[in-house]
Amino acid sequence: MKKSIRFHLNGQPVTLDTDDRRTLLWVIRTDLNLTGTKFGCGEGLCGACTVAVNGTAVRSCQTSLADVENKNVVTVEGLEHGGKLHPLQQAFIEHGGFQCGYCTSGMLMNAWALLQKQPHPSRSAIVDEMNGNLCRCGAHQGIIAAIEDASKTGGAR
Amino acid sequence: MTAQSWPFPPAETSSPGIATGLDRRLFCKLLGGGIVVLMTSKPADLLAQRRGYPEDLNAYLRIDESGGVTLFSGKIEMGQGVHTSLAQMAAEELCVSLDSITMVMGDTDLCPWDAGTWGSQSTRMFGPAVRAAAAEARAVLMKLASEKLGSPKEQLVVENGVVSNGSQKVTYGELAKGKQIARLVGEKAVLRTVKQFKAIGTPVKRMDAHEKVTGRAKYAGDIRVPGMLYARILRPPMHGATRKSLDTSKAKAMSGVTVVEHDDLVAVLHGDPERAHEALALIKAEWDRPTAAFDTESVAGYFVKTGGDGEAVTSHGDVTSTAAGTRVFQSTFRTGYVAHAPMEPHTALAEWKDGKMTVWASTQSPFGARTRIANVLGLEEKSVRVITPFVGGGFGGKSPTEQGVEATQLAKITGKPVAVVWTRAEEFFFDTFGPASVVKINSTVDDAGKISMWDYHVYAAGNGSSEVLYDVPNVRVKTYLGRRSGGENVHPFATGPWRAPGAGPNVFARESQIDIMAAASKIDPLEFRLRNASDERLRRVLKAAADAFGWKAGAGPSGQGRAIAVALDVGTYCAIAAEVAVDRKTGAINVKRVVAAQDMGLVINPWGAKMQMSGCVNMGLGYVLSEELKFNGGDILDKNFDTYELPRFAAVAPHIETVLIKNDDLAPQGGGEPAIVPMGAVIANAVFDATGVRMYRLPMTPERVLAAIKQA
Ligand code: FES
Ligand code: FES
Repeated sequence: MKKSIRFHLNGQPVTLDTDDRRTLLWVIRTDLNLTGTKFGCGEGLCGACTVAVNGTAVRSCQTSLADVENKNVVTVEGLEHGGKLHPLQQAFIEHGGFQCGYCTSGMLMNAWALLQKQPHPSRSAIVDEMNGNLCRCGAHQGIIAAIEDASKTGGAR
Repeated sequence: MTAQSWPFPPAETSSPGIATGLDRRLFCKLLGGGIVVLMTSKPADLLAQRRGYPEDLNAYLRIDESGGVTLFSGKIEMGQGVHTSLAQMAAEELCVSLDSITMVMGDTDLCPWDAGTWGSQSTRMFGPAVRAAAAEARAVLMKLASEKLGSPKEQLVVENGVVSNGSQKVTYGELAKGKQIARLVGEKAVLRTVKQFKAIGTPVKRMDAHEKVTGRAKYAGDIRVPGMLYARILRPPMHGATRKSLDTSKAKAMSGVTVVEHDDLVAVLHGDPERAHEALALIKAEWDRPTAAFDTESVAGYFVKTGGDGEAVTSHGDVTSTAAGTRVFQSTFRTGYVAHAPMEPHTALAEWKDGKMTVWASTQSPFGARTRIANVLGLEEKSVRVITPFVGGGFGGKSPTEQGVEATQLAKITGKPVAVVWTRAEEFFFDTFGPASVVKINSTVDDAGKISMWDYHVYAAGNGSSEVLYDVPNVRVKTYLGRRSGGENVHPFATGPWRAPGAGPNVFARESQIDIMAAASKIDPLEFRLRNASDERLRRVLKAAADAFGWKAGAGPSGQGRAIAVALDVGTYCAIAAEVAVDRKTGAINVKRVVAAQDMGLVINPWGAKMQMSGCVNMGLGYVLSEELKFNGGDILDKNFDTYELPRFAAVAPHIETVLIKNDDLAPQGGGEPAIVPMGAVIANAVFDATGVRMYRLPMTPERVLAAIKQA
C-alpha cells in the first residue's frame, strides 16, 4: 500500500512515498542508490543482501519496507566513520577476507551485528552466526580470522 | 533452447583486425598526452603459447604527465587477484610504486584484445606482455632522462618513478610532460631479472581491497543509467521445451510495464525490478516437454553405453596382457554435474545510444561478448563496447555472456537502457555446468610395489589432468564423449569449463586408484607414490605437503584419517594432505586439517597465490562433499542454495596451511585452479584411511558414506 515511510538509514532520516510492501533490498539498491548491498539468491539463503535493522542482521531480500518503518537500518556504506574504516573492514583487508568481494558487504554486516550483541564471540559462535552467509570464492578462514581480530580491536562499535 | 557446449576457449574469437595508422591516432587522441606503449609484433615466446594473447593496437600502458601509470588489460578481475598481480609486474619493470598504477580492465574500447580470462593464464600469458610493455616504457623514459640530464643511460638510476644521475633528478611525469610518444614493442624487451625484483615476489594486499570492504566496488548490477528498466524474461520450464502458446495480455495491462515479444525472446520491463517480476508471473505460456534420456542417477550408465570407441590421448607399451605376479585392480569412479554458482549471478546493463551499444556485463570474456553481441544485433564490432566492472566470481561460468546478449537485444528493441539480472533459478538453469563423469581404470602392481600397467578410460570429463604422472611402462589413456571437458553434445543442458575443467574428476579417479593399490600392497600411500615417481617437481611437492602436514607413515587404512593426493594442472604441481573424521552414525565427514603445497614457478604475489589456494580448497569441498546438480533430462531440479549446497563456514577446515615451493627459474604457472584438483581424492583417501571404506562417487554425501559403511 502506498504510504509515507520513515526510517533511519546509516544515521540519516529517510522518508519514502511508496508501496510499503516493496522489498528493502531493491529499495536500497534502486531508489536510494546504495549498491553495496548485493543480490545473491533472493530467498534468504546466501546472506549477500544482509543489512542490520536495529542492530540485528536481516536478509534485506526477505524484508519489506513496512518491516523497517521507524527503525535504524545500517548498510555497508554506514560502517566507515569520519572517513576511517571500521575495525572489521580493516581486518577483512588484513586477513584477506574476500576475493571477488561480492559476498563481502553481507559478511561484514552479519559480523557487525554479531559483534554488537557479542563483542567477544568464541570461534564456534562465529562459525554458527556466519553459517548462513555463502562465499563461493572460499575466503572463509580469512573472514573468521578477521572477525576474531576485529573483536579485539574495537569491532563492537 | 537446445543444449550446447561452450568451447574452451572459444574456437575462433574474432581477431582484433584493427587497421593500423588510423586507430592508433584515434587512440592517442582519446588518451591525450604522455607516453603510450602499444604492442604489435609477436614476441616468439608468446607466439609459442597455444592460446591467444593480445596483439592489437590498443595500448598496454600509458604514462601521463603527472607520472601516473595506467595499465590496460583485456583481462577481468573476478576475485583471482590479477588486478593486483598485473600491476605488480608493471610496477616492477617500470620501477614505480604500486599505488601509482591505475588498472583499466575488460573495456573493449580501451584495452588490448584478449581471448578471455580463464585457465589460470592471466599471469602466465598476459604477464609477459605487461612486463615487455613496461620495460619498453622504462627504456623510453631512460632515453628521455638521459637527454634531459645530459648523462649517459648507464649512469642513471631509477626508483619510484624518479630518475637520478647522482646529482640531478627528474620524475617520469616531468619526462612525459608535453610528449606524445607512442612506442611499439618489437623484439623481446630487456626484462629485470629475479635478483633485481622489488615488486614481483613480494606479498601485497589486494589493490581492490578498500573498494570491496566499503561497498564502493562496482559490479555490473551496480551501474545506473537514467531511465533504465529492469527486464525479466520468460523462460522455458526445462531445456528442450518448445512453446505452444503465449498470452501476455495481463502483463501488458499492468501499468508501467513494457512487454517485448521478439521471436523466442519474451520479456517484461519496468523501472522497478520487483514490478517486472510481478508482470512476468502474469504471462501465460504452455510448453511441449521432451522426454528425458537420463537423470542424476542414470547418467553414468548412459555415458558408458553411448560412449562409443573413444579417442586415445596416450598410448605406450602394452595394456592388454597382464604380467605374471602382478595384482590387478579394476575400479569405476563417477562425479556429478556441478554449477559454478558465483555469488553474483550473470548481470548486464545495456544502453543503445547514437548508434552505439554500450554494455556493462559480468563476463570473463568481454571481447568474446562483443563479437557475439555484434553478430546477434547485426552491428559492427566497433559499434559495440563491452565494459567489465568487477566480476563477482566466474569459475568458468561467465565466459558465455548470454545475459549481455539479452540486455542488448532488449535495449535495442525498446530504445531504453535495460538491465538483466539473472535470478538464482535462472543461474541454475542457464549457467553452463561442469559435466558429470565416469572414469574406469584397470591397473596392475608388481610385488615390488611398482605400477606396471595403467589402462584409463574417462567419459565426458575430457583429458584435463588425465596423464598418469607416475612412471608406468604400459599406459593407455582414452577419452570418450569429447576430448575436452563437456566437449560433446550428450548433455541435456549446456556444459562448459568449470574451474580446472575435467581435472577434478580425473585426479579424483587416479589418486584414488593409486591409494587403492598402495593399500592392497600394504605400502604407505606417500611412499607408494614416491616409489613410482621420478618427476622431481612431483616428488618435491609431495614431500613438501607431507612435511608441513607432519606425515606419519603407515599403510592404509591406518586409522589416522589422513591422506595425500597430488595433481599437475596448468603447469603447476599441487599436493594436498588432509585429515578427516567420519561420523559412523551419520556418515558425515568432518574435515579437520588441510595442508596444500604448490610449485607454480615464479610467484608474483605470494599473498594472492595463497589466497587462491585456500579458495580452491574451500570451493573444492563443495563438489567433494555436497554439490551435485539434480536433474531429470533437461529439467533442472535445483533452483537455489537450499538444495544445491555450497560449502558453508561449518563445512570448511578451521585452518588451511599453504606452502609455496620456491622455483624462480620457472616462468609463472597457473595459480587460480590447481589446488581444487586433488580435493576429491585426498578427502576420499582420508575417509578410507579413517574407516577402511572406499568411496567411488562424488559428492560423498552423508547418505552415500553411510551406505558404504553399512555395505562394508
Ligand atoms: S539475496 Fe538475500 S539472502 Fe541471498
Ligand atoms: S569473496 Fe567472492 S563470494 Fe566471497
